[in-house]
Amino acid sequence: MDYIDPHIHMVSRITDDYATLARMGCVAISEPAFWAGFDRGSADGFRDYFRQLTEVEPKRAAAYGIQHFCWLCINAKEAENVSLSREVIAMIPEFLDAPGVLGIGEIGLNKNTRNEAIVFLEHLDLAAQYDQPILIHTPHLEDKYQGTRMILDMLDGDSRLQRSRILVDHVEEHTIAEVLDRGYWAGMTLYPVTKCTPERAADMIEKYGPERLMANSAGDWGPSKPTAIPDLIFELRRRGHDESLIRRIVYENPIEFFKNSRNFHFRPRGETVADSVV
Amino acid sequence: MPQAHQILDDQFLQVRAKLIEVAAVLDRIDRVAATELTTADLESHPKRVALEQAIGLLLQDAAPGGRAEALQKLFSRPYDQRWRDSLSV
Repeated sequence: MDYIDPHIHMVSRITDDYATLARMGCVAISEPAFWAGFDRGSADGFRDYFRQLTEVEPKRAAAYGIQHFCWLCINAKEAENVSLSREVIAMIPEFLDAPGVLGIGEIGLNKNTRNEAIVFLEHLDLAAQYDQPILIHTPHLEDKYQGTRMILDMLDGDSRLQRSRILVDHVEEHTIAEVLDRGYWAGMTLYPVTKCTPERAADMIEKYGPERLMANSAGDWGPSKPTAIPDLIFELRRRGHDESLIRRIVYENPIEFFKNSRNFHFRPRGETVADSVV
Repeated sequence: MPQAHQILDDQFLQVRAKLIEVAAVLDRIDRVAATELTTADLESHPKRVALEQAIGLLLQDAAPGGRAEALQKLFSRPYDQRWRDSLSV
C-alpha cells in the first residue's frame, strides 16, 4: 500500500533507509525541523540546516521516488535560548516560499518552561502573520499531559489560527481526546519505549475513528524505526480492518492536512506533473 | 475485528511475558536492595510507589477512558489551569 510518513527526520537517516522506505510503499514524507542532538550555536547554523531541509533532502528522497516536504522552526529544546530563537524566527520567512515548505514546525514544549512558552507563542505569531499551517511537538513522558494542555491553551488563545490547519503530534491515550475534541489534527508517533506502539495506535484508531488522525514514525538519530508505519498497516490488517480505513490513516489524511499549505504539490504514484494534486 | 476471546488467546503469551518481566525487575531491585546498607528510602521512592500504584490499577475495573489512559495519567505531572500566572506568560 502506498503511504505517507508525515513526521520523519531523514537528515538523521542513511540513504539505505530511503531505499527501504520506498520498497515498503512510502511515496512522500514530511520532515519537521527538530533538535539535532546538540544545541546549535548560531542562527547561521539553522540557516544551513534549513538549506539541508529545503535543498538537499528533497534530492536524496527523489532518487528513490519519494516526495519530500518540510516544516521550519527552532525546536522547543533550543528555545530555552530566547535571543537565538528570535534570530531564527526572524530568518524563517526567507525560506517560506521554497518548494516543499509546508509551514511552521515542529514547535512546542519540552520541559514546559517559561522560555519555551514565550518562543512557542512567537512561532504562533509568525505562522499567523505568514498564513502558515503548524505542526506541533508535545513533550515526553511525565511532561506530556501538562505540556499538551498548555499548548492547547495557547492555541485556543489565538483567534487568528484555524484549528483545521494545526497538527498536534505525539498524542497518546491521555492526550488524544482533548486534541481531537478541540478540532485539531492528531498524530500518533510509533516509537520504541517512550511513545506509542503500532498495537496501541491501532487501539486508538478503533476507539476514536480515522477523522483527523494520522500516524508517523518520527524516525531520527535516536532509537526509532523509520518503517514503523508499515508495522501499523500490518497490525490493522491482522485485526481485519478494511483497506479503506488503513489508507485513510496512512495516505489520505496526510494529503488532506498538507493541502492546507500552498507549497504542497503532490504527485500520486503514476501521475504525471500535469496531473498533479495541488 | 477479532472477538474478545480471540484477542485473549492471541495476546496471552505476550502479556504473560511482559508480566513476568515486571516481576523479574521488581525481584532484581529487591535482591540488590537486600545487599545494600541503606534501603530505608526504597519503598517510598516515588518511582517504586508509582509502579506499585500502576500494578494496582491494572486489577481495578476499567476507568472511563480505559486502563491505558489511567496509567498514562498516573505517570504524568498534573495540569495546572493557572500555569500562565505561575510562569508569567
